[in-house]
Amino acid sequence: MPWARRGFTLQLEVYVFRYGVILALALTAFWLSMSGMFTGMLLSLGVISIILTLWMCKRMGILDAETAPYLFMPLTLSYFVWLGKEIYKANIAVVKAVMSPEMNISPAMVRVPVNRKTDIGATMFANSITLTPGTVSVEINDESILVHALLSEMAVADDFTEMGNKAGFAIGEGAA
Amino acid sequence: MSMIIMAGSEAAQTATALNIDWSLIGAWLRAGLSAACIIMGLLFVFAGTIGVLRLPDFYTRIHAAGMTDTLGAEMVLLGLIIQAGFSQMTLKLLMISFFLLLTSPTATHAVAHAAHKAGLKPKLGSQRAKTIDELNTHKRGGA
Repeated sequence: MPWARRGFTLQLEVYVFRYGVILALALTAFWLSMSGMFTGMLLSLGVISIILTLWMCKRMGILDAETAPYLFMPLTLSYFVWLGKEIYKANIAVVKAVMSPEMNISPAMVRVPVNRKTDIGATMFANSITLTPGTVSVEINDESILVHALLSEMAVADDFTEMGNKAGFAIGEGAA
Repeated sequence: MSMIIMAGSEAAQTATALNIDWSLIGAWLRAGLSAACIIMGLLFVFAGTIGVLRLPDFYTRIHAAGMTDTLGAEMVLLGLIIQAGFSQMTLKLLMISFFLLLTSPTATHAVAHAAHKAGLKPKLGSQRAKTIDELNTHKRGGA
């Protein structure tokens, strides 16, 4: 038992260290690109800020894949490109519905099943539903998301499966 | 609008000073493209505002407000990115548009969830706008 415990702690240390390094690199890149000034005082202020941030994250025990999801940044960005197209399509439908003189709308509620493995995957999925105009995620629990849709043809639970799978993949769950 | 034209003519003046003709064309092209993006973004914001005023209940109005957040704001930012050219400002604007994609749905969800928790019932089923006649009878009935 003591041996197993020590092994687990060591694994945890390696895990925390790895995400600490990733977060440090990301914060350095962020500071340099946002400040764009390379004077001694600003650089040293940057170093102090980064160390302070890392220390606080370590103390709060949140140095993990959720705090530093930068490994999957290319996947996430390409997902946002795909999502942009979906947002554009949905936007046109909502503008048409809202601007037409008769304004034929048919609001509906639907429960969409969530089969994501991680919290951040489910968050990404719920946020994507809200980002797409015409659908808003109202409530979320372990099994499903309650979605309010402006038009009844948007409230089909099966239509969200593709978005859910892509959202999970983009944040590093692997193909679901 | 005038700012965009000013930026375009300023870039054009710089180009003339350098005796480069094609960059003058490029500067005007860029100014025009950025103006087109910003105007399209403003049209979406306008449609969103009309939607907030016309739609019948709280939950449906959220959709119109969300439209302003997504395509409206992102198109305006895209226009600004085109105008900024490739510089540090572009990176900052890209960051802002990325953060907007994360924060605006979170805020929308928070508002919708609060209404749901408080027990506000959505109006469901097929609905249409009142005609002028219907509005008039309603007014007479109320008086």
